Amino acid sequence: MIYKLQFADLLPYWDVLVRGLAFTILLTLASTLSGVAVGTLGASARTFGPQWLSRLVGAYVELIRNTPFLVQLFFVYFGLPAAGLKLTETQAAFIAMTINLGAYSTEIIRAGIEATPKGVIEAGVSLAMTRLQVLRHVVLKPAFEKVWPALASQIIIVMLGSSVVSQISAEDLTYAANFIQSRNFRAFESYFVVALAYLMLAILARAILRALGSRLFPKA
Amino acid sequence: MIRRRVFQAMLVGAFALSSFTGSASAEALDDILAAKVIRIAVPTDYPPFGAIGSDMQPQGLDIDMAKLIGRELGVRTELVAVSSANRIPYLQSKKVDLVISTLGKNPDREKVIDFTAAYAPFFMGVFGLKSVAVSKPEQLSGKTVGATRGALEEQELSKIAPADVTIKRYEDNNATVAAYISGQVDIFTSGNAVAAVIADRSAARAPDLKFVIKDSPCFIGVNKDEPKLLARVNEIIAKARASGESEKLSQTWLKAPLPPGF
Repeated sequence: MIYKLQFADLLPYWDVLVRGLAFTILLTLASTLSGVAVGTLGASARTFGPQWLSRLVGAYVELIRNTPFLVQLFFVYFGLPAAGLKLTETQAAFIAMTINLGAYSTEIIRAGIEATPKGVIEAGVSLAMTRLQVLRHVVLKPAFEKVWPALASQIIIVMLGSSVVSQISAEDLTYAANFIQSRNFRAFESYFVVALAYLMLAILARAILRALGSRLFPKA
Repeated sequence: MIRRRVFQAMLVGAFALSSFTGSASAEALDDILAAKVIRIAVPTDYPPFGAIGSDMQPQGLDIDMAKLIGRELGVRTELVAVSSANRIPYLQSKKVDLVISTLGKNPDREKVIDFTAAYAPFFMGVFGLKSVAVSKPEQLSGKTVGATRGALEEQELSKIAPADVTIKRYEDNNATVAAYISGQVDIFTSGNAVAAVIADRSAARAPDLKFVIKDSPCFIGVNKDEPKLLARVNEIIAKARASGESEKLSQTWLKAPLPPGF
């Protein structure tokens, strides 16, 4: 028996798909900005901060990188209310993704910072630059340039990983597929269309990040 | 050719056998009373109707109901653990005399077995905290309800709820229960068995029935053409209801009174 594809069955649910797509894009955008900010602070603290802070950031990175994202998400959504902190599913998804990307990008950016020779930093200091100026122009900018491709990959991994937020009833792209599939039982068509949407999103994100990279770090 | 004949012979044999067992059976009630034992199929995988307790013995509403019937008949009750898939075949093949296993009535089942009167309530409903004042779908307006995506009650609720109700659809039953217990939602839709389990584990958030979405009470299954057994079991059920025994079973296992009109 040949399975008859009926993509027309998805049409009545186009609004669910569009809303899911918009949610995934916005969630990724917001948590990328905050996650990379956390990563930058974390990497700076780990390399230049006092030992206790460096240890603390190290512990955070190890904790997050060695536990599943789904468990982190469940902890924020189902666990924290017991401690009196009740978050909506969107807030919980944003926070879990920020914490997750923050940990990975801390490690990625730290690798870039450590690749900066000590002599270059000393040269900055000898030019009477303030600590913050040295950090920004001498340390971070070249560090980001070195690790940009790795960071871009991690952002896309986090975007694809965001599909699990549907488990806490956040209405993202995967939720849309699950929902449609529970209504018309067209599992093949629903997941096929959504897989295609993720593929397009990933390709688009990579292109945008590459363009951003070549603007921020023009080849001399 | 030969193979086909063998097959035909087997088919004829099977028919002969089935008609033989069908016609040879005496009234099951007489057999039960003579043997002083009644065999009853019960679940052991579906709390609070039937589960294995910490003493490794089956316990639950269905098990208590089975024991009650044995007691009323004055015979020993032999419990036979069944799954929901094989409970009707167990009855049809006469491995058991009765099925007490959260059995719902539907036309297909009525073609193959008989049903007694309902012995326990089973329904999909909307449940919530006592403080939530809701008694019909319209009153959910503006509220948030947790549900299990794709489940029967979620689909029904999506149809009857007003447009401004937020339905949070979780992946499975456990997530819906976790969302309610952790306070992510104060109202949810599920079966009364699930609500009873929550009431048992989290007294502080014991769910209160707001309204029923779909009613499908539990019946006892009896083989066809057993009028004496059917009548006797119905008598026992009626007596249990009149004496308050059914109410007690509901309070003990379902943590709720029998619904009005049951």
